[in-house]
Amino acid sequence: MKDLSQAKNFDEFMEGIWRQNPVFVMVLGMCPALAVTVSAVNALAMGFATTFVLVCSCLLVSLMRKLVPKEVRIATYIVIIATFVTVVDYVIQAVSLELYEALGAFIQLIVVNCIILGRAEAHASKHPPATAMLNALGMGIGFTIGLFALGGVREILGAGKLFGVSLFGANFQPWVVMVLPPGGFFVLGAWLLLFAAIRRKKGIPPAESKGCHVA
Amino acid sequence: MSPESLSQIFLSAALANNFVLAMFLGLCPFLGVSARMDTAFPMGLASAFVMLVASLCAFGLNLLLSMFHLEFLRLIAYIVVIASAVQLVEMILKKHSPALFRALGIYLPLITTNCAVLGVALFQTAREYSFLQSLAFSLGAGAGFTLALVLMASVRERLQLSDVPGVVQGTALSLMLAGLLSMAFMGFAGLGA
Repeated sequence: MKDLSQAKNFDEFMEGIWRQNPVFVMVLGMCPALAVTVSAVNALAMGFATTFVLVCSCLLVSLMRKLVPKEVRIATYIVIIATFVTVVDYVIQAVSLELYEALGAFIQLIVVNCIILGRAEAHASKHPPATAMLNALGMGIGFTIGLFALGGVREILGAGKLFGVSLFGANFQPWVVMVLPPGGFFVLGAWLLLFAAIRRKKGIPPAESKGCHVA
Repeated sequence: MSPESLSQIFLSAALANNFVLAMFLGLCPFLGVSARMDTAFPMGLASAFVMLVASLCAFGLNLLLSMFHLEFLRLIAYIVVIASAVQLVEMILKKHSPALFRALGIYLPLITTNCAVLGVALFQTAREYSFLQSLAFSLGAGAGFTLALVLMASVRERLQLSDVPGVVQGTALSLMLAGLLSMAFMGFAGLGA
């Protein structure tokens, strides 16, 4: 019995990291995913900030799931999420001004990241706090991995560096377009193409992006 | 108060720093509603209108919050105002133009979670635009958003007639297209500074 519940918990956790990865499978939250991933550091910072908001919001939503009337639930979720985003915004500003300036308004735009509202509505409002947090943590880590995959590739190709460390020596001609806006679209498109090819090889039907249609 | 002129702000928001193709704001509706022209254009206009309302509300709200030193409430206040503005637009449309209301359907309430709308409000605050500048900025952003949606829809309508390999179809193809459009828009760099 104990094994079974452990396996289920592990499943809740892994769902966001692999099977339902928010970046590569569900293609959600693309606005921050593309806008801030010009370098690996920015990508990780954004991923951690989003994970924090996701876990805290899902915990609170799950605790309040029996108190909130159905009609005003979306408004309640948004106010909860906005509160935690404000916290993150001020924390990042206090910890690293450099990072704060690099991420800019995109920290505050975590509010409208559809992953968070989607998780609150689809999962946290129907499950007890522990399960909701585990699922949210998995989703957050999955999102961070996705961002890192984008930011890492863009930094390596566009600047020849990873975490600011030069990889190819002085003769490397950086592929500048990769750190410019079009590069973001190309790299995410290429990753999706790779996953679609793998899925086709294994005979799994292609994933259909649900977009942000949560509300 | 920012030193930029009104035309500079408008052109920059619409073309050089296009909200969708250069700033990555509002990608969900950009990819979700751009399959056909007859949904893309009304969606662009509705979003542009909400951007305008949200920008005006945000300007007043920011003055009010600054007066009472409540800047930390800014984000929460903005998102609540945007949600109400969308509700308002929905009610007005339902009463005065039921046909358009039905045509937009589910996409209307979803404008609330469109980051381009919140983006307009946040950027105009961060750049300390005056009232007229905010107006020019939100109009430019709306025009740019509509332009990007219409361009994307026309390309995707044509693509339906061509023979695309199965594995590329779907989101990957749309993203590659968006990348090409974005590259074209980089030609506007420098315009409006």
